[in-house]
Amino acid sequence: MSEQVRSTSRNGAEVATGTVPAGARSTVAVTVNGTHRSAEVESRRTLSDYLRHDLGLTGTHVGCEHGVCGACTVLLDGTPVRSCLVFAVTAAGHQVTTAEGLGQLDESGDPNSLSPVQRAFRDCHALQCGFCTPGFMTTITAGIAENPDPTRDEAVEMIAGNLCRCTGYQNIVDAVLRAAELAKDPAAPLTDRFTEHSDAAHSADQDADGAGA
Amino acid sequence: MKPAPFTWHGPRTVDEAVAVLAEVGHEGKVLAGGQSLIPVLAMRLAEPAHLVDINAVAGLDRIVVDATGVTIGALVRHASLERDDAAAAAQPLLRQALRLVAHPTIRNRGTTVGSLAHADPSGEMTSVLTLLGGTITARSARGERTIPATEFFVGPLESALAADELAVSAHFPAASAGTGSAFVEVARRHGDYALCGVGAVATVDPAGAVTGLRCGYLSVSETPLTVDLTDAWNSGDDAAAATAAAARAAVDPLPDIHATAEYRRQLAGVLTVRAAEQAVAQAVQRVGTMGRDNESGHNEEDRSA
Amino acid sequence: MVTRYFGTAVKRTEDLRLTTGHGRYTDDVGTGPDGEHALEVAYLRSPHAHARILDIDVTDALDVEGVVAIYTHEDLEGAAGEPLPVLIPHPGLHAARTGYALAKDTVRHVGESIVMVVAENRYLAEDAVNRIRVDYEFLAPVVGIEASRAAASTVHDDVPDNVAAHLVQERGDARAAVAGAPHTLEYDLSIERSASMPLEGKAVHAKWDADDASLRVYSSTQASTSVRAAIAAKLGLALGKVEVIAPDVGGGFGVKIVHPWPEEITVPMAAMRLGRPVKWTEDRREHFISAAHERGQEHHVRVGFDDEGRILGLDVTFWHDNGAYTPYGIICPIVTSTQLLGPYKPANYRVEFSSVYTNTVIVTPYRGAGRPQGVFVMERTMDRIAQYLGRDRTQVRSANFILPDEFPYDQGLIFQDGRPLIYDSGNYPDQLTMLKEMIGWDEFPALQQQARASGRLLGIGLGCYVEGTGPGPYEGAHVNVQTDGSVEVAIGLTSQGQGHQTVFAQIVADELGVDFDKIRVVTGDTRRFGYAVGTFASRAAVMSGSAVALAARKTKAKALRVAADVLECNPDDLEIESGLISMKGNPSTSIPLGQVAVLSNPLRYAFDEAAKAATQFAKPADPDKPPVAEGEEPGLEGKDYYSPPRSTFASGMHAAIVEIDADTSEIAIRKYCVVHDCGNLINPMIVEGQVHGGVAQGVGGALYEVMAYDESGQLQNASFMDFLMPYVTEVPRLELGHQMTPSPLNPLGIKGAGEAGVIPVAATIASAVEDAVGLRIDAMPLNPSKLFELRATATALTTNQVREGLTP
Repeated sequence: MSEQVRSTSRNGAEVATGTVPAGARSTVAVTVNGTHRSAEVESRRTLSDYLRHDLGLTGTHVGCEHGVCGACTVLLDGTPVRSCLVFAVTAAGHQVTTAEGLGQLDESGDPNSLSPVQRAFRDCHALQCGFCTPGFMTTITAGIAENPDPTRDEAVEMIAGNLCRCTGYQNIVDAVLRAAELAKDPAAPLTDRFTEHSDAAHSADQDADGAGA
Repeated sequence: MKPAPFTWHGPRTVDEAVAVLAEVGHEGKVLAGGQSLIPVLAMRLAEPAHLVDINAVAGLDRIVVDATGVTIGALVRHASLERDDAAAAAQPLLRQALRLVAHPTIRNRGTTVGSLAHADPSGEMTSVLTLLGGTITARSARGERTIPATEFFVGPLESALAADELAVSAHFPAASAGTGSAFVEVARRHGDYALCGVGAVATVDPAGAVTGLRCGYLSVSETPLTVDLTDAWNSGDDAAAATAAAARAAVDPLPDIHATAEYRRQLAGVLTVRAAEQAVAQAVQRVGTMGRDNESGHNEEDRSA
Repeated sequence: MVTRYFGTAVKRTEDLRLTTGHGRYTDDVGTGPDGEHALEVAYLRSPHAHARILDIDVTDALDVEGVVAIYTHEDLEGAAGEPLPVLIPHPGLHAARTGYALAKDTVRHVGESIVMVVAENRYLAEDAVNRIRVDYEFLAPVVGIEASRAAASTVHDDVPDNVAAHLVQERGDARAAVAGAPHTLEYDLSIERSASMPLEGKAVHAKWDADDASLRVYSSTQASTSVRAAIAAKLGLALGKVEVIAPDVGGGFGVKIVHPWPEEITVPMAAMRLGRPVKWTEDRREHFISAAHERGQEHHVRVGFDDEGRILGLDVTFWHDNGAYTPYGIICPIVTSTQLLGPYKPANYRVEFSSVYTNTVIVTPYRGAGRPQGVFVMERTMDRIAQYLGRDRTQVRSANFILPDEFPYDQGLIFQDGRPLIYDSGNYPDQLTMLKEMIGWDEFPALQQQARASGRLLGIGLGCYVEGTGPGPYEGAHVNVQTDGSVEVAIGLTSQGQGHQTVFAQIVADELGVDFDKIRVVTGDTRRFGYAVGTFASRAAVMSGSAVALAARKTKAKALRVAADVLECNPDDLEIESGLISMKGNPSTSIPLGQVAVLSNPLRYAFDEAAKAATQFAKPADPDKPPVAEGEEPGLEGKDYYSPPRSTFASGMHAAIVEIDADTSEIAIRKYCVVHDCGNLINPMIVEGQVHGGVAQGVGGALYEVMAYDESGQLQNASFMDFLMPYVTEVPRLELGHQMTPSPLNPLGIKGAGEAGVIPVAATIASAVEDAVGLRIDAMPLNPSKLFELRATATALTTNQVREGLTP
């Protein structure tokens, strides 16, 4: 009952066209974090389920499935979108960036090898349970690319569509400003501007791989 | 919370899209941005047998700004229109209202024409189209027709589109000389559907006297409501109170879990005055700058979004 | 001991995986192209608030391709088909009732699960659910406390008055004291329902190993050891054949402490029967209608006081809406009734509550667990007294404070843990001084006057609380030094974002004298630690923190014993720093901790370099003694438990300045200050994060969140569109001050911090709004529409006015 979807080239991208009958599966191919990925899915499969369950990219989280919480936010062709409000088949042929694609630790496990946004979240204690975090990080990554020097009010506006139940947002706003700073200068010291603690923890900053859970 | 199965159609052209719609009729739904539709599907409040996904249809993502106004294709995302400086110059109310549509991430994906076709009386852009006297152009296998906003919004979540029709574009008339506009609303949370919202378009003569004031409302009537408040605004010493009273009398809000009807009515009055003041101020400013800035922003532009 | 980590803002170990997409939440298990995909579950849940089930027809559902199994109550065997347990029985809970894992013959709230469908994926499972037909006989729904008290209809046939529990506690003779007081006031106060609402809902993944006849369950829970015991009992398995893991958990806030949730029984059951992994991931709508809520209470207060505002008698009667069942007992109303007292010492106190059934979702603790209601009652009372006497609100509070030299202070009641309500330490007058300075209390009246002159409505308010934290009975920890010098720490208690892997490593690093990055902490995995209670009641730092410290001290003692033997000295002469044991004052005589770990085990296979190196220290064995000395064990490890006599009492005070839009009645928080005392801080960054998050939830509870049931028992706002959790734009940036009065009860001098932030927010905002508009605020949450109505009717109801000349 598998149905092959025709692919047409538009601007070099393979986009899905044709018809997929209800209940049938078709091959949906997406470039995720720079890598060509594909899976056979029903056309009702949301991009979030496709990423998580079919591709195993569980760094994208699903918090409400009706587009309000923002946990599932990914970058679609560089723009933040709710992946629970896009069908995978619609995203075929496009570029998707997930939390995994923002940055990974280098071989030495140096936390500074992560992206400015990832580093900023850790610097500012901008996450607790980590469930909403991927959606914030993808949103902010695009946000500081567009506005490299946000004011505090602009930082608030940047994250105003994402729900967090743990942090009270204060440290996430700090993290936006810190990320903008790190994007400009990866060696920028962490100052009291972002957190009341003058990084007494730098000595403890070599923690290796976060293994444990 | 997963959508029921549907047959997915991915047309490449408008002709293909309307051919599918002609075939599936009432069993079909059009998917553009999906920011209102997909939640409804996920909750299985709707289970269309066919989904016509127009995201790969060529040529629907254009914003055209000319002397008559701003025309947008069915795939123009809210965010693209919001960011379009020429569109904002030709009709400032677009950007003024768009910044209040949900949150930026939703605006990145949601389409303006799609939200018009959704015909939600609490949607900002339905109110704007009506207030500006805009139009929707619909295509079907039978042909093309242009529908004025006043005829387009038939009821809550109900438009004049026939089952086989695709809304291919919307046209927002340009702001004419001597007009100013504003859009204000009160929502429970920033980005939520407004408890009440008001768009205002004011016209002033070269001396600065207000010759026209029209306001459009959302969330306080079943279909977008537009009220001419020129007389109230010019009614003398307590014009603001008279304008607010006229607005309160014109709206017909319903209560829900977030607000009573009386509270929404109160907001309609308060926000009308606020929007009107801003719109008049902008009109006065535009009249003042017209001499220096000769017919700017009305050259035809055509860019892909 | 060189203290390097305790008390510092160490960055979190967890963050490296959580920011790179490598967190592992329950729904993540077995995904991806190479994963062992689990079958997925959807439940048919009751669309009606109260109905008898007459017939269930699953014929059409079985036709859905990809459906593997469908279960109803008839399919539940043995204990699995019995009612779910009452976790915390109490003599006052005279009519406890619980539901079933799948409804048996009656449903008592919208969302109660009736049929379980197992299919190849969740989409197909939902398709099948939609094809199931159930015939119902409708019964009258009971919604709201008023309807429940009237008892025209009942939730349970055999509970004719709808009252599940009734409890009275009294110190002195409050009614006589009120009657004899110079001044008395009497009024009603109410709080509506909200919910924990973690961003990750519940989730259960179960895998049956048929060869080993054992079950592995992942659950998004706050209590993995208890889930394990529940599963073993309900499914008839030996405890040793069940392992439960709480992996990364996307927030809990109380709702995930309940166990077993029905799905924690039925999902493992299906996995055992089908021989394939099975999982259920709760969707948001399910979480709204089938998890748990809290907060809904109505209170009647009578208070008598003297000219100074000192409370002579306080007599509180309240009604707690416990929803359809009472699996978690009456913890919340007990907490309200005791913690209502806050930092004060009313001369006489009587509290009486009834916990009543309604046809709504069950009620179990949500962060704060009854405290926000109690604090609301007490703080509104303080404001009423102040207004009546024309005194400053802080003055009246000061007149009632327990003073620093009165600790330990016995309130003369029994607390939630069944122990006497005895406060261990605190300094409330100093706290108030700090708070007044931070918010600018004394300067505010001038500011308010000035604002009012230009038509702006500003108000200031405050709220004080005392929070019993870290209740027992116990937590334990295991510290194990590896031969490479790294340290594995295991605790049974789970983590939902509190940074346990970080803070417990900080404690071990200091106690044991090893570097932070050498320590790995495992939480909530019954394979690693079997006996634990759970993460709730602000108890993790106090309980597991203390246990970890004790276990680390045991480990250190052994390390020094072994090293002293090798180095031929007294253990007291040795110290450990950065994993190196050396003679005090003679650092050249030393041995690495890893090598001591090798020497601690007489079975010394040279698997690694540490083992090889250690042999140089090995002394020839005494042929007359056993290789493991009497009283010793092989290996360098330590395990210990901490069991406190009673809870430790944290405290705090909040103050807010609000502005009310005169035209729209919108409520804006202009300034928010917190003074907080949780004893010694393990990691101030994490403590502050807890307070920030708590305050945000408090703002939700004060101004945004309600569970809007209609009279038929339908929850009208079961989505994030209509249940208004605050975004960043609704939460104030807060200023935070720490006060530290260490607890004398535990080895680290700490008190719990997890719930604190949420507790006094509704009281504080109510106080400030009341001050801004001059109208009595008796019910929370408040929204602009309600405030508009209140202001619109105020001129008619002059009794509502708290100050002259403030008609809106």
